Amino acid sequence: MAEALDHAPKPVRRRRLGGRGLGAVGFMCAAAVILVALLGPFLATRSPTEFVGIPFQGPSTSAWLGTDMLGRDVLSRVLCGGYEILGLSAAATLIGVLGGAVLGLAAGYVKGTADEVIMRLLDVALAFPQTILALLFVSLIGPEPWLIVLVVAAIHAPQVARVARAATLRVAEEDFVRFAEAIGMARSRIMLWEIFPNIVNPLLVELGLRFTYSIAIIAGLSFLGFGQQPPAPDWGLMINENRIGLAANPWPVVVPILLIAILTIGTNLFTESVARAVLGLGDNGKA
Amino acid sequence: MSLRHPLLGFLGRRLLLGALALLLVSIVVFAATQILPGDAARAVLGRSATPERLEALRLQLHLDRPALTQYWIWLSGLFAGDLGTSLVTPQSVYQLAAPRIANSFSLLVIVGAIGVPLAIAFGIAAAIRHNRPFDTGVSVTALAMAAVPEFVIGIGLIILFATVVLHWLPPVSLVFPGHSVWDTPRILVLPTLTLVIAVFPYIFRMMRSSMIEVLESEYIEMARLKGIAQHRLILRHALPNAIAPTVQVVALTFAYLAGGVVVVEYVFGFPGIGQGLVNAVFTRDIPMIQFITVLLAAFYVVVNIIADVIAVLVTPKLRTGAWRKP
Repeated sequence: MAEALDHAPKPVRRRRLGGRGLGAVGFMCAAAVILVALLGPFLATRSPTEFVGIPFQGPSTSAWLGTDMLGRDVLSRVLCGGYEILGLSAAATLIGVLGGAVLGLAAGYVKGTADEVIMRLLDVALAFPQTILALLFVSLIGPEPWLIVLVVAAIHAPQVARVARAATLRVAEEDFVRFAEAIGMARSRIMLWEIFPNIVNPLLVELGLRFTYSIAIIAGLSFLGFGQQPPAPDWGLMINENRIGLAANPWPVVVPILLIAILTIGTNLFTESVARAVLGLGDNGKA
Repeated sequence: MSLRHPLLGFLGRRLLLGALALLLVSIVVFAATQILPGDAARAVLGRSATPERLEALRLQLHLDRPALTQYWIWLSGLFAGDLGTSLVTPQSVYQLAAPRIANSFSLLVIVGAIGVPLAIAFGIAAAIRHNRPFDTGVSVTALAMAAVPEFVIGIGLIILFATVVLHWLPPVSLVFPGHSVWDTPRILVLPTLTLVIAVFPYIFRMMRSSMIEVLESEYIEMARLKGIAQHRLILRHALPNAIAPTVQVVALTFAYLAGGVVVVEYVFGFPGIGQGLVNAVFTRDIPMIQFITVLLAAFYVVVNIIADVIAVLVTPKLRTGAWRKP
């Protein structure tokens, strides 16, 4: 019987899943990890490549998180090992979302043949198993930062382009766009000044989703050994290097794992609440 | 069914697109293995290789022919079932890949058999308890699960269940040559659990949201007012209408697993096709890399087509009307 009453509007609707509260928690989680990654190199007391003791020593007063598989200070390596993952993820996300937005905007507004061509190309791109090809390129050509950024951006662009195009199609019908066309405004200016500001909201949501995904791919590549190379400190690489010593000193694995998990969960929760706010989604994910 | 049925046209277009994508994948994969820095033969054999061995490998890889001819030899071999010989062991690519394919397939089947019903059941349960603590709890958990990379989940499970905290399960999935993963089912537990956690959130979210939508519709309200029992209402009246979008998401999730198995198999040393790819990349075993990449790509493309066709079949509007891209 209680279920039958579910349909009555409930006063608590605001404070639930994906509400402001969870968004704030997500923001704080992500911000904390980002701060650790960005300020870490300045806080590290030792060089991340300096040998300070025997391998896989447990925590002590001199090395708070113990030592890694070569006897280096885990805390210093953790503090220095995040900014590259963050930087590459941010760059890949920005390039991917911007590139996708430009493609989608152009396809949606210009229409006609250009739209057909762009959309068919995107269809083919989406039919590609992108993560596998990313792995293939990075592993064969070499783990160059620019290549990782480009490959990950290329994974994002087609999906973002679809979102941007759908949003553009809606906005392009609006009166203010018609007006701009009627007074003879250049198409490029209409796209930039009339349409773009009105499709920013879905793009912001994409930015968040894509950033979470970028971190996962780039940290995953490092974990597989296709990111920064030893002896560089890198969270993904550290997890893999120190797996064999889990029984002796779990911290060089546990701490990077927790940092990556908190960061990605944080960005995802935050993005979800932003999506609810700016896209007006109901809590079943639909507008 | 007449030939002009809109679904056939759609299927034709979709198959054509899939074939085009696969052809492009084969070109990209081939090109990628061509741009190995320097000579591929030297890259495989290393600096200390003798000129004779280098020459022999160049002949075996057809490196003496133009790139286009090499591509054609490889592609026609692929179609004829001749996958070439591994560069690292004297075995053929087929011999090396076949048991790995069987292992990965077993893993995917178990993940599907456990993960899909579980996610659907939780989706239904959360929809019924819409906005109550159970719903909120599971939904937030699913959001978190969706965010965390698979290798982090896998290593986390190893820490919890296989090394640091508990010692219930083996941390690596060791399988001796000639044995199947089924001989020691314990090794399947953690890889399965990792992939179930990876696929759960997407299926759960879709099931939950479409169920909520259906439960709010008028015919369900009517059925409720007529006093139909709760379980019958959910399973007989609501589920058939709510499951459609979920079926497509299930298919898409499995296409996505084509990439996911690579990392997860590597984490657990599970002797599947994904670990095979990572190993082949490390040893520069070009024929093996080419075959596994194209195989995973084919899986991805085919499952995607199935997902699209299912989407059309379960949506009456798309099934009967002229099909148009949004």
